[in-house]
Amino acid sequence: MKEPPFPMLAQGKVRFVGDMVAFVVAETPEQANVGAELLKVDYEVLPSVVGLLEAVRPNAPQLFDDVPNNICCDWELGDKAAVETAFKKAAHVAKLSLVNNRLIGNPMEPRAAIAEYEPGTDRFTLWTTSQFPHVVRFLMGALVLNIPQHKLRVVAPDVGGGFGVKQFHYGEEAVITWAAKRVRRPVKWVASRSEGYVSDRHGRDHVTEAELALDETGKFLAFRVNTLANMGGYLSTFGPNIPTNLYGPLLGGVYTTPAIYCNVKVVFTNTVPVDAYRGAGRPEATFVLERIVDVAASEMGIDRVEIRRRNMIPKEAYPYQTPVLVQYDSGDPMGCLDGALVAADVKNFGVRKAASASKGKFRGLGYSTYVEACGLAPSRFAGRLGARGGLYESATVRVHPTGQVTVMIGTHNHGQGHETTFAQIVSEKLGVAFENVDIVFGDTDRVQFGMGTYGSRSLVVGGAALSKATDKVIAKGKKIASHLLEAAEVDIQFEAGKFSVAGTDRSKSFEEIAGAAYVPHNYPLEVLEPGLEEQAYYDPVNFTYPGGCHIAEVEVDPETGTVTLVNYTAVDDVGTVINPMIVEGQLHGGIVQGVGQALFENAVYDEGSGQLLSGSLMDYCMPRADHLPMMKVETHSTLCTHTPMGVKGCGEVGTIGSPAAVINAVVDALSHLGVTHVDMPATPNRIWRLLQNASLPVAAE
Amino acid sequence: MQISFTLNGRPTTVDVEPATLVAELLREQLNLTGTHIGCDTSQCGACVVHLDGLPVKSCTLLAPALDGATLLTIEGLQGAPGSNLMHPMQEAFREHHGLQCGFCTPGMLMTAVALAAEKPDLTEAEVRHGLEGNICRCTGYQNIVVSVMAGAAAMNAAKGE
Repeated sequence: MKEPPFPMLAQGKVRFVGDMVAFVVAETPEQANVGAELLKVDYEVLPSVVGLLEAVRPNAPQLFDDVPNNICCDWELGDKAAVETAFKKAAHVAKLSLVNNRLIGNPMEPRAAIAEYEPGTDRFTLWTTSQFPHVVRFLMGALVLNIPQHKLRVVAPDVGGGFGVKQFHYGEEAVITWAAKRVRRPVKWVASRSEGYVSDRHGRDHVTEAELALDETGKFLAFRVNTLANMGGYLSTFGPNIPTNLYGPLLGGVYTTPAIYCNVKVVFTNTVPVDAYRGAGRPEATFVLERIVDVAASEMGIDRVEIRRRNMIPKEAYPYQTPVLVQYDSGDPMGCLDGALVAADVKNFGVRKAASASKGKFRGLGYSTYVEACGLAPSRFAGRLGARGGLYESATVRVHPTGQVTVMIGTHNHGQGHETTFAQIVSEKLGVAFENVDIVFGDTDRVQFGMGTYGSRSLVVGGAALSKATDKVIAKGKKIASHLLEAAEVDIQFEAGKFSVAGTDRSKSFEEIAGAAYVPHNYPLEVLEPGLEEQAYYDPVNFTYPGGCHIAEVEVDPETGTVTLVNYTAVDDVGTVINPMIVEGQLHGGIVQGVGQALFENAVYDEGSGQLLSGSLMDYCMPRADHLPMMKVETHSTLCTHTPMGVKGCGEVGTIGSPAAVINAVVDALSHLGVTHVDMPATPNRIWRLLQNASLPVAAE
Repeated sequence: MQISFTLNGRPTTVDVEPATLVAELLREQLNLTGTHIGCDTSQCGACVVHLDGLPVKSCTLLAPALDGATLLTIEGLQGAPGSNLMHPMQEAFREHHGLQCGFCTPGMLMTAVALAAEKPDLTEAEVRHGLEGNICRCTGYQNIVVSVMAGAAAMNAAKGE
């Protein structure tokens, strides 16, 4: 893999619009803006390339002298020979070329940071809108600015949404931290939305050719995928991991396809660096697979639900080893599908379609039966794949002398409701009232090293660490209780906040045990340390595999090309649900982000100049309240077999499942006109043009 | 220049540069940071406040326009006057999980309160249309719509008492 350096400020060459060239410090934002305008940069215009297909052409402009053809890495996964053999035996081969559109995350709070330097202690503090403050401390301190870890504090308090955009270390953080020492004053930087558009890391941006080999009954024999993935101008924090390690292993989906081969070429272009955005790699994989399943069904004249059933992994076949590394521990895709068919009232779809037709509208139904890998990530597995970090999580449960609890956890909350879910877990396990549990996160001085929040990992990995630490508290409590109650430790039971001797009415409350731990007058000091505070780190043994069935129903107005999402149903397997309201909220938001990709959002570059054309909320269409119906969201859970509570994660499922469901519905609505694929986003303009072309007589083409 | 206006029920006089935006005045000069700035094109709606009872985007309003006016910001939104209670609309957002990261929430609440005040029996479609100028990236709007309907009903009920 080619890894050219990514300097904080561009050195000699600017590689994308938004690449930082200078930094102005002033007393006020107005002065700083005036100062920036006074800077004259002497640019010599070089040829640029923004599109994937153009960037890999033989004579394309080259971003880095030592990266031929702009190819950062050429990655493959799967058994190429087995796939070729299977294709030779196939009764039918379905082919699909598609584009996965580039997206811009747009958390509503723009990125911002404040840095401060204290000369007396030689300590830096960086407040930043980050999803992973400890990782920023490590990356910036150890790899960029050479600040010892104990001299750098990174604080990320409540952050206004992330979606991946805030899970990278950004140059601005390093520049202002450096400047704070230089000017001996706190330095504050706040991105405007426009600045965010050209500097927040973008997402997706693939061009893919896929082929699915089937036997005469519609059984999948082999799947072959060739993808070009846009990396933008430099490698960002997770950059090349996303279209490779988080993409290829998901190409098995919920199906028994025995042979899969995937080749991904990761490509530099003169665009904003691309990195993880909600779902990260997995929505792209799901989109390719769920689209080509529909294409194959249509070409072979098999019902779309039936072809899925014929190929689905049956519930009893779990744990299921796929041909692309991952082993699913649990799942019931058929159960999710059955539930969704009922919830979406599919049997009366014909009536609704006829009603639409009577108004001159085309109605379509689209399915996405999918699985994802989340709970990032088993460190050993990640290491084998070439990732350079461990992806465990940490939690400390501090029981105060009066029995209240403070939890320090290494995940980061930026809207996911961790204070609620984590407090629920502790409250339930320790029998402590919910309001007597506080959750602390987002400050490297207060919390032990943690990896932050992304990849639907907080409950799965962080919650597991929390569960382990809580269990340690109970175990120590039992020892204390055994001493106080003069009973054998094995006879001590803990339930609903009470330590009791089995078969007797003798017990001590959780508060009494906490008190004894901190005032150890009557305490087994010879064998037990005072205090009641436990810490645990948890490194998952496997990914978790949430998934489900999403059904989208759309209505297309042929006069305008407008696609209206009229119904949306999701039945998902997220494992154990701790807080149903939070899970539903995560699903709603996730689904709408996927709907946004399918119908509205598109980051567009001007080919000649490399300028971002969709550089504001005026030009980049975000989903709004009146774009959406009331969604129907249900869960159909099987328990994860390897996480302490059976949880699987729910942060990304919505975004992963929904784009394919929506586009499959759009294609279904237009299939009578011979439409077999629609690229995202299915905007009125795109659909209207498609309809104009479709209505031309074949002879005229 | 000096301007005087009523801010959350209190007479207020401030010196401002004529080019100051109301959102900046609130956040930087008056330390009322509940009004958020999420964009620079008046699209996101995180900065909505009530000017003389009507919802406006404070990021496109120049501070001199406040002279003599009555301004209500999210900090002034409350239940029964003088109480520490939340406004029924805030209570509804809390009850129905109408927020996740919370960044858009002040603007959503101000828009929602104005919507409900204008039309007591809001339909779902009217709520969705009414929130068109406020962007949320977290919730998919579903629980916001549910919250606004519930909050409007609660405001109505309170009026009837």
